[in-house]
Amino acid sequence: MATLHTKSAARAMMAPAVIVLLVWMAVPLAMTLYFSTLNYTLYNPISTPFIGFGNYTYFLNDPTFLAALANTLILVIGVLAITVIGGILVALLLDQDFYGVNIVRLLVIAPFFVMPTVAALVWKNMMMNPVYGVIGQLLSSVGIPPVDWMTNVPLLSIIIIVAWQWLPFATLILLTALQSLSEDQKEAAEMDGAGALSIFWYITLPHMSRAITVVILIQTIFLLSIYAEILVTTQGGPGSQSTNITYLVAQQATSYGDIGAASAGGIVAVILANIVAIFLVRLIGKNLDA
Amino acid sequence: MGQIHLEKVRKAFGDVVIIPELDLQIEDGEFVVFVGPSGCGKSTLLRLIAGLEDVTSGKITIDGTDATELPPAKRGLAMVFQSYALYPHMSVRKNIAFPLKMANMDKAEIDRRVDYAAKTLNLDAYIDRRPGQLSGGQRQRVAIGRAIVREPKAFLFDEPLSNLDAALRVGMRLEISELHQRLKTTMIYVTHDQVEAMTMADKIVVLRAGNIEQVGSPLELYSSPRNLFVAGFIGSPRMNLINGAEAGKYKADTIGIRPEHLRLSTSEGRWTGTVKVSEHLGSDTFLHVESPVHEEPVTVRADGEFPVHSGDTVYLTPQEDKIHRFDGKGLALR
Repeated sequence: MATLHTKSAARAMMAPAVIVLLVWMAVPLAMTLYFSTLNYTLYNPISTPFIGFGNYTYFLNDPTFLAALANTLILVIGVLAITVIGGILVALLLDQDFYGVNIVRLLVIAPFFVMPTVAALVWKNMMMNPVYGVIGQLLSSVGIPPVDWMTNVPLLSIIIIVAWQWLPFATLILLTALQSLSEDQKEAAEMDGAGALSIFWYITLPHMSRAITVVILIQTIFLLSIYAEILVTTQGGPGSQSTNITYLVAQQATSYGDIGAASAGGIVAVILANIVAIFLVRLIGKNLDA
Repeated sequence: MGQIHLEKVRKAFGDVVIIPELDLQIEDGEFVVFVGPSGCGKSTLLRLIAGLEDVTSGKITIDGTDATELPPAKRGLAMVFQSYALYPHMSVRKNIAFPLKMANMDKAEIDRRVDYAAKTLNLDAYIDRRPGQLSGGQRQRVAIGRAIVREPKAFLFDEPLSNLDAALRVGMRLEISELHQRLKTTMIYVTHDQVEAMTMADKIVVLRAGNIEQVGSPLELYSSPRNLFVAGFIGSPRMNLINGAEAGKYKADTIGIRPEHLRLSTSEGRWTGTVKVSEHLGSDTFLHVESPVHEEPVTVRADGEFPVHSGDTVYLTPQEDKIHRFDGKGLALR
C-alpha cells in the first residue's frame, strides 16, 4: 500500500488545502478571541483598551442571554422534532408506488432550494399575515379568528418556517435510507407474522437509525446558527421572545455597535455548540459505528 | 400436517404469463424440489404458495383449508430466503425469536424454543452476535433456525445454498436433509441445481416456462424422463441426445444415452470416435469424443481411470436397455 515515499508526496499535495483551511478557520477565531478581550465599540473605534473578561461577564449577565439560550434550544429541538418525524412520514409516503411519484418527489424537495430570507418573507407576508395571509384566510373561512403569528407566537412561527425549509432535507436522506431496505427483510418479517406497524417498528425504523442520526447531527449544526429567518420576520421580538444566541450576538454588533461583546458572545456560542455536539455524539453517535 | 394442494393456479404480471394453469399435490412430510433453469417460474411458484404473491386465478389449499386469500403469516408456513433476509440490527437470538415474539408467545416458551433451535443447529456459540459478524453458513443456519422455531406446517426454501461456496453447500445440503429426516415436516425447496434436486428430494417437480414438465422421484426422472427437456436437465454430465440416421435405427427422431451407459473400449465397439478432451478425476474419467454418429461431441463416463488422451481412437457401445427414444415432438416413446 502506502510506501514512505507516497506518504510524503501525499502530505505535500494535501498541504495547500490544509493550510488554507487552517488560515480560514484559525485567523477569524484568533481575531474573535482577541476582540473579545477589548472594550471595542463602533462609537469609539480608535481607543480599544484591554478589559480582560469584562465582555464575557457583560454578555453572560445580560438578562436576554438566558432567554436567548432557551429560545435556541427550543428552536433546535422543535425543528428537529418536526423534520425527523415529518420526514419519516413523508419518506414512507414517497416510498410507495403511485402515479406521478417522481414529480411529487421533486416538488417535496423544492423548499430546500428557496433562500432562507425569501422563504421567511413569503411565510411572513403571504402565509402568516393575519389580514391577508393564506393561513388567516383559511382559519377565517371555518370561523376561527386569525392568529397574529409574528406577534403572539413568534418563536413557533420561526420554528414552522425553518421546519418547512429543512423538511425536504430530512425527507431526502430518510427516503434514500428507506429505499435501501431490502424487500426480502420486509417479506421475511411478513412471513414471521409481523403486521405493518410491527414491520415499521422492528425492521424499518432500526434500518433508518443511521440516517436519522445523520439528519439530527447535520441539522443541529445549521439550526444553532439560524439568523436570516429571524431578521426578516420578527427581528428577535417582541421583546426577546424570538431572539436566539446567534441573533443576540449579531445584535451586539449591529444594534449596539459593541464589537467586543459580540466577539465574546461568538466565543460563548462556539462553546455552547461544542457542548451540544459532544452531548449529541455521546447520545446517538454510536449509531454511526459499524 | 402439511398438505398443500394447488388447483388450476395461474399467475400473470399484466400480459406476461409466468405460470399458466398448473395443478400440483404435495403430501404431508414430503421433500419436494422445484427445479428448472433460471426464469422458469419456480421461485414465483414458491412465493405463490408462501402468499408473498397473489394468484391471478386458481386455488391453494393447505391442510384442507382454502388459503388462496390468506396473508402469508396466517398460512403457517416458514420461508428461508436466498439472501437469508436476517434482521441485521438484531442478535441471532432476537432474530430467531422474532416470529415467536410476533405471535405474542410468553417469554419462557420463546427462550425454550430458541435454545432448542440453537442447539439443534449448533448456533449456541454465536447466539448473541449480530448477523454481520457471522459467516455465510452460520447465517444460513440462523435463517433455518428462525424458520423451525415456528413449528410450521411446511418449510419453503428459495435457493438457500446458492450464496455458499461449493464445499459448504455439500455440507448444508446434508444438514437440511438430516433436518427433514428428524422433523418429518413438509419441505418445498427451489433450486436450479439438479444435483441438489437429485440428492435431497422425495419428489422432483421439473419446471420450464411455468409449465410442469414432469413430477416424480429422482430415480423415476433419471430412468424414464418424459420428454427431451427433462432428459437433458436431469443427470450430470448431460445425456447425449443423438438424432439422424442412428436414431432412425431405433424408430425414433432422437435417441438419448447417458454418458455412464456407454461402454468404452480401445479395441472394439459399435461407434468409433476420436477423443477430443479427456478429464481424469481419479474416481471417474470423462471423455468428450468426436464421432460420426453425432455432430456434437459425445460425452462418455468410465469408472476409475481410463488411460486415453486427446487424439486417441476409442470405441463406444451403448447399453441397449438404457437407450431413451423420443418422437418428433420431444416426447418419450415407451
